[in-house]
Amino acid sequence: MIQRFPVAGEDFSAAGEASSKIKNILRQVGEDAELIRRVCIAAYEAEMNLVIHAGGGEMILKLDTDMVEVIAQDRGPGIPDVELAMQEGYSTASDLAREMGFGAGMGMANMKRCASEMLIDTEVGKGTTVTLRFKTGKN
Amino acid sequence: MNLAQVKELLQAEVLSGEEKLATTHALSVCGADLMSDVLAFTKEKTLLLTGLTNPQVIRTAEMIDLVGLVFVRGKRPSEDVIAMARERGLPMLSTKLPLYETCGLLYTAGLPGCSARAANG
Repeated sequence: MIQRFPVAGEDFSAAGEASSKIKNILRQVGEDAELIRRVCIAAYEAEMNLVIHAGGGEMILKLDTDMVEVIAQDRGPGIPDVELAMQEGYSTASDLAREMGFGAGMGMANMKRCASEMLIDTEVGKGTTVTLRFKTGKN
Repeated sequence: MNLAQVKELLQAEVLSGEEKLATTHALSVCGADLMSDVLAFTKEKTLLLTGLTNPQVIRTAEMIDLVGLVFVRGKRPSEDVIAMARERGLPMLSTKLPLYETCGLLYTAGLPGCSARAANG
């Protein structure tokens, strides 16, 4: 199953709606609560990054027999130095994002901590695709 | 401790979820204004104390199933944000106490932080 959710850039009142929908779907299909928690934290951080940095984009949820995959895709500015972006405490977020309780340089590290696997495909000026994979423990 | 007891202890005003206070129990408390930290470091069934009143606090609560929110230093979210919490059945309180004193009162009353819960299993 594949579901796609558009995410608007700079819209802080709607930010989180896609992750909320992903959570509801995972609950409906009866995924384990701990897994749902990890997926939601990572998805929400990824969604906030789309809102804060990328001018919006798309969240994609893929459900497989042994894997939940969340993909955050955008056509934003790209990440010039991925290693630096992964460092806790490093952030290029706006003051507005910081006022919302984000932009402290925790998001990428949080995603990596929650996911079984995290892939970043980025090109400056073209955009970024972050793929988050979660093994479900089912066969 | 249930949230009705929390309300008494903090002499807090109820902003949403009044009907659920007595039946909602917190196992731990987190005091933070940084939502990424809340996402990273809290356990389930945690009560969040915060000075932030924007919609992302409600979203964060929804994502990780926080049992409720306490706004400190007399802060109140806008009616839109209160409506979001009501829709989700999320209890919210507002206390005039600052964050440090709110933490102290709840800790002294026996509510641990999330790291203590992790250490004790």
